[in-house]
Amino acid sequence: MAALINVPAKAKRGDVIEIRTLTSHIMETGFRHTMDGALVPRDIITSFTCRFNGTEIFRADLFPAIAANPYLSFFTVAKESGKFEFEWIGDNGYSSTASASIAVE
Amino acid sequence: MISWRAIAVATLLATTPALLAGEIPLDARRSGYSFMGPDTRAMQDDDTSNPGMLFVLDGEALWMKKEGSGDKACADCHGDAKSSMKGVAARYPAFDKALRRPVTLDQRINLCRANHQDAPPLPFESHDILALSAFVAHQSRGAAITAGDDPQLKPFVEQGRHLFMQREGQLNLACTNCHDDNFDKRLAGSPITQGQPTGYPLYRLEWQTLGSLERRLRSCMTGVRAQAYDYGAPELVALELYLMSRAHGMPMETPAVRP
Repeated sequence: MAALINVPAKAKRGDVIEIRTLTSHIMETGFRHTMDGALVPRDIITSFTCRFNGTEIFRADLFPAIAANPYLSFFTVAKESGKFEFEWIGDNGYSSTASASIAVE
Repeated sequence: MISWRAIAVATLLATTPALLAGEIPLDARRSGYSFMGPDTRAMQDDDTSNPGMLFVLDGEALWMKKEGSGDKACADCHGDAKSSMKGVAARYPAFDKALRRPVTLDQRINLCRANHQDAPPLPFESHDILALSAFVAHQSRGAAITAGDDPQLKPFVEQGRHLFMQREGQLNLACTNCHDDNFDKRLAGSPITQGQPTGYPLYRLEWQTLGSLERRLRSCMTGVRAQAYDYGAPELVALELYLMSRAHGMPMETPAVRP
């Protein structure tokens, strides 16, 4: 699935940087019914993880009240150059990944 | 005695020759963007927080994908969309010579699928048609709207204008009653905009997805408790055409974000 990641390409050592992520997902709550009364089964992202050079630096649990195409932003301190890896996990075996690199000087 | 009222009316008529009653003067035309709060504006302005860009990305992949028994992708005929599709969406709905009537960008994509790709049409408001039209319209971001300039479209623009001015539904309201006469006021807490279609297909937070101008028009019609025209109906296309010609010269914003 399409994802949009905003990580600064370059940063100074010790800088606080903002990371913004947006991914496409319908986030079906599981509380809605169709016109003929059948329950629409829940289909949401349940977990988001960000790893930097293999170490987990941020994790979030997601719930049915979160809107479609979840947008998450968080901050971290730039310590060394490396690669951020993002992973979204959800219902029905959903899994999606993305990555972005940063150069720290 | 010369009536002062008659002189006042004559002066008014002399100063506003080309304007019809209720029409918004050119320099007072405002995009829906200017009616939004700062948070929603920021969301639209940043391409990594604008959810509409997810659809543009999907549309780019579809542009390259071979489709139908013709085994051709959009890119096989049109090449790089960055140059070939630049400014195209700003002149849609456009006149189709074979059909002798205007077609929307979505209908044009499906005509291309039928005539050149031998592929089945994509259903209205399906993810793929929205993604493709968002990708194509995104290439016109910043371009001035010129739809309706084609002289062959004149009767259809007129038809659209007529529909815009015509009261309908149980609430007996015309588009013009809100969007020409009462913009900047509020309806149930939400600002009433001028209804300038500069950013379609756009991401509405209420819909939680991208949607076409036709979807927007249909929900307005349901709002005044009128029977909405079907997707692709000639009346909807005419209204769309009139709205685009009414926004003449305004820059395209696709994909816009609206509350």
